[in-house]
Amino acid sequence: MNAITILFLSIICLGLFLSFLRMLSGPTAPDRAVAVDTMTTIIVATLVLVAFILERYIYLDVALVYSLISFVGLVALARFLEKGF
Amino acid sequence: MYYLGVVVTGVGVLFLCLGGIGLFRFPDVYNRVQAGTKCTTLGAFATIIGVGIMEPTWFWKTLIIALFILATNPISSHSLGRAAYKSGTELAEGSVVDMASEFEEYSEE
Amino acid sequence: MIIIATVTVFFMLGAALSVFFFKDLMNAVVASSLVSLTATVLFYLLQAPDVAMAEAAIGVALVTGIFVVAIRRTERYEK
Repeated sequence: MNAITILFLSIICLGLFLSFLRMLSGPTAPDRAVAVDTMTTIIVATLVLVAFILERYIYLDVALVYSLISFVGLVALARFLEKGF
Repeated sequence: MYYLGVVVTGVGVLFLCLGGIGLFRFPDVYNRVQAGTKCTTLGAFATIIGVGIMEPTWFWKTLIIALFILATNPISSHSLGRAAYKSGTELAEGSVVDMASEFEEYSEE
Repeated sequence: MIIIATVTVFFMLGAALSVFFFKDLMNAVVASSLVSLTATVLFYLLQAPDVAMAEAAIGVALVTGIFVVAIRRTERYEK
């Protein structure tokens, strides 16, 4: 945990904050779904980076499982959003 | 080897931040899909591979995670864009062409 | 590490409040998915990866799918 990892986590937090603002203020439902998709990808990268900082090899499993599960959830959401109500 | 990993991870983190900025500033759902997918796919790929370079015993597992993101992220964003078009979301003000309206599958609505 | 924990807690608060205030229920489902995402990150930072895996599987896939099917059978907009 030196200065370079603090710099990386700060830049990641800026990107997360901007996409969270889009999630709060998006006009339609697909805007918010796209924002959550972007936050999911950013957070998977963050989990791998935190596993490197903590130096635990077993924590990489969480990133793998999380990317798989979020892919299934977003495809189900898009499938039901497509039909119209 | 360590400094090469730091440089690759830094490039990836910068692209993740650029994806967030593009998602905030673009005017339309389809532009936001493009910004939020392309930038974060490259950013996550470079970040995870960079961690694998910094810690060489982790390299194969990080390669598996990166290839999985490279395969699944375009599919989910494509289905989200298709859902946005089929549920009737408007294009932005300055849009020039709408080629998807020429197909029969999309032009029913 | 403390910076990302702080930012994540504020994301969780904002997403939960926006679930309460949205009138379109699809937006509420997306925001509740975001709440479970931040809960996963907090469990991960508190060094409990098994709980984080269970929270990801239940919160993102199962709850989202069940709520979307329920909204599709009933009404989308809150009166």
